[in-house]
Amino acid sequence: MAEVKKKATRESYGEALTALAERYPQLVVLDADLAAATKTGIFKKAYPDRFFDCGIAEENMMGVAAGLAAAGKIPFASTFAMFAAGRAYEIVRNSIGYPGLNVKIGATHAGISVGEDGATHQCNEDIALMRTIPGMTVIVPCDDTEAKSAVEAAIQHQGPVYMRFGRLAAPILNDPKTYRFEWGKGVQLRDGKDITIVATGLMVAEAVQAAEMLAREGISARVINIHTIKPLDRDMICMAAKETGCIVTVEEHSIIGGLGSAVADCVTECCPVPVVKIGINDEYGHSGSAVELLKEFGLTADNIAATVKKILNH
Amino acid sequence: MDETIRKQLQATACRVRMGILTGIFHAKSGHPGGSLSIAELVTYLYFVKMHVDPKHPDMPDRDRLVLSKGHTAPALYAVLAERGFFPKEELEHLRHIGAMLQGHPCIHTPGVDMSSGSLGQGISAACGMALAGKLDSAAYHVYAILGDGELEEGQVWEAAMFAAHYGLDNLTAIVDNNGLQIDGKITDVCSPEPIDEKFRAFGWHVIVVDDAHDFDKLEEAFREAESISGKPVAIIQKSIKGKGVSFMENQVDWHGKAPNAEQYEQGMQELRAALAEWEA
Repeated sequence: MAEVKKKATRESYGEALTALAERYPQLVVLDADLAAATKTGIFKKAYPDRFFDCGIAEENMMGVAAGLAAAGKIPFASTFAMFAAGRAYEIVRNSIGYPGLNVKIGATHAGISVGEDGATHQCNEDIALMRTIPGMTVIVPCDDTEAKSAVEAAIQHQGPVYMRFGRLAAPILNDPKTYRFEWGKGVQLRDGKDITIVATGLMVAEAVQAAEMLAREGISARVINIHTIKPLDRDMICMAAKETGCIVTVEEHSIIGGLGSAVADCVTECCPVPVVKIGINDEYGHSGSAVELLKEFGLTADNIAATVKKILNH
Repeated sequence: MDETIRKQLQATACRVRMGILTGIFHAKSGHPGGSLSIAELVTYLYFVKMHVDPKHPDMPDRDRLVLSKGHTAPALYAVLAERGFFPKEELEHLRHIGAMLQGHPCIHTPGVDMSSGSLGQGISAACGMALAGKLDSAAYHVYAILGDGELEEGQVWEAAMFAAHYGLDNLTAIVDNNGLQIDGKITDVCSPEPIDEKFRAFGWHVIVVDDAHDFDKLEEAFREAESISGKPVAIIQKSIKGKGVSFMENQVDWHGKAPNAEQYEQGMQELRAALAEWEA
């Protein structure tokens, strides 16, 4: 079998900004001394006059982005998820969300797969924080293709958007020639009748792999990629609940407030069925390689498959 | 400044004070002290300095103002009403359910350029607007009004660093230095002094106005500000919290409470008397 190509979605972010700069003259990029890591450095090199380093001052960066948007620019404010959603939360809420300003937040290094830097930098709470802000769209792309399409979709969308990108290289699942990013729509990657696995971001590839493993054991698992966690594709989730009777959610995020919670909220209202959440279980991470950490915290195809079998008493 | 113009401005500032008192009285809550201390400032900005059009509040080349000390919204609302952005009757509905005028400024109100109220944030937004102006080679100027207590927020200094670094000479920050905050004197709570030296150290041009209630001194300061290029300007105006209503002046208790009917009547009487004098 040919090796699947991989790329970190933060890299896709930096490349997409650069590729789209000509087409969208109002696009400007802000960073907080992390351009080399968030990959906005690629944009900085190509468009130095449209890149503004705010230094290590994320609160001000979000406020500056708000002011730029109020004056007609389309600013992308970039830093690690911990500082974008965590440190600057209240500025994002009050200076961007409340006035409904057209700011795009590019948050990289999200989740446990940050790896060696350890717990202080592993943001497993950003989806929860951002999705509580009224009017905020929350997008978690699963691969290079989806990430690049999401960046352009975010530019075309009027209003605040939070985009979550990863540090670790992710397998490229989608063909850029045929892929179309649909705002607020889930992507059914595989049909199935016994159970539905709903995944986001880096976990989408693991979910697909888990479904393949389960198929070999006679279990038919539907796989849904939710790239837009807010607004959630309620129709697709409700249909999955009705047709498969059980849902497993998988995310590289706390099981409190993230994809799993969003799906559970939805299912409770439209078609109550069991929802089992795989994610970080109300605890902090620690140092280690991304791959080791993902394994330790159960964010692997193996654990997804094992969980499904347990639920189905297989 | 021409004597006639000065008198007109003094009368307008007096009407702004009456609007502030009226709004807060009807709201039964709000912040009179720091609203009254910027009455001359907002009057000067909206009636002399700023290029704005009440009929086209969103015109792209307008000057912009961010009330970073957003709790003093009654002053902004009163001056916007005086300038014709919306009917003065709106002031009587301030903070009421279903009303347009929110407890803190909201960008969707005609004439309000930025939502604000969580202290320390407005100055950053003003920096963003000024940066956009630079990128577009636009002629507009951005003003931000900050409280002296607000300077205790770390974000203000992040913004101060940013504005100087990017040479935002189309930005003027005015610090309303009335010396009081909720818990007492700013020098007793957690002193932000010396304010002038701090802004200078951050690379700003600093102008100190020793009497914020003197239009000639305000004009002199803004003229000097206009002449500065290559760096942002901070105008530190020494003001009296509660100015214009005798029993509110320099009283920390009047930071954030509404007058009762009797107090309201007394305050309005004082302001009516002052107004008659300016209009004479």
